[in-house]
Amino acid sequence: MTRWLVRFALSVALAAAALGAQAREAVPLADDQAVEQRLIGIAQDLRCLVCQNESLAGSRADLAEDLRREIRGLIRAGKTDPEIVDYLVSRYGDFVRYRPPLKPTTWLLWLGPFVLLVGAIAGLILHLRRRSVPAAPLSEAERSRAVALLGGEG
Amino acid sequence: MKRFLVPLVVFIGLVVFLAAGLSRDPHEVPSPLIGRAAPAFDLPRLGGEGDAGAARFTPADMRGKVWLLNVWASWCVSCREEHPVLLEIARRGDLPLVGLDYKDTLPEARAWLAQHGNPYLLTAVDADGRVGIDYGVYGVPETYLIDQAGTIRFKQIGPLTTEVLAQTILPMAKELRR
Repeated sequence: MTRWLVRFALSVALAAAALGAQAREAVPLADDQAVEQRLIGIAQDLRCLVCQNESLAGSRADLAEDLRREIRGLIRAGKTDPEIVDYLVSRYGDFVRYRPPLKPTTWLLWLGPFVLLVGAIAGLILHLRRRSVPAAPLSEAERSRAVALLGGEG
Repeated sequence: MKRFLVPLVVFIGLVVFLAAGLSRDPHEVPSPLIGRAAPAFDLPRLGGEGDAGAARFTPADMRGKVWLLNVWASWCVSCREEHPVLLEIARRGDLPLVGLDYKDTLPEARAWLAQHGNPYLLTAVDADGRVGIDYGVYGVPETYLIDQAGTIRFKQIGPLTTEVLAQTILPMAKELRR
């Protein structure tokens, strides 16, 4: 029992140490809350290029921090949100945007699912129609045979 | 037999589609800078061995030449992987090679070049990474092929390999110099 407890305590301590080693110092928030609010609004819809499944707002990557600093500067310089997004797109491409713009190269991306849906519905309708063709009515011989099989009633 | 044909065709289509998607590297983001002017900058040089020129560097200094801009750093592990290729470019004199030392410290950068060999004509120092942002750098090493007019023609993301050099960069440079 004590042995088990010691093992448990050790593993907890090790896990805590590992977590502690990973945590980094908190980055000081910019003094200006309004700038910070706008930064988060813009950065939430942008992709961090180093860790591609994180947004620029949430990423702790070095480059994300640099880009946030850059965006803060642009906000202070009085740029509008679309101007700031364009600034990043002109350097990193449409890939930085989580909502890619609608243009010829992204038609398939935007319209593909709807094309698939329409195709699937069309296929389903076709299939159901083919199935619901009424069977030919029974002939007199077939009817009497069916009656006989069902036990003579009806 | 015929009723299996449609699902089979759909299945094969799906497999081809997914296989193509899986075989692509999501870290290779196409650069919007291809075909555009290389962003201007004015940075101090690293100096040290083999660099006896002016104290600063700007891409305009390379006007009229086809050249390579290689983004590197002493902390960058993959840079070691591509370094022999860069040394080979310098040894053969294929193209002028300019380094951009990205978010690094001067002593470490100089020590790194002293240890691994310096293939660069000169190295510009981008200590805070601002120029890197202008060039859309997100994973060091990255290499840009820039033509006589200062237009970016090709960008290699990640380590330069002998294959990319021989099959893409050198033929493109040859074509550009004609």
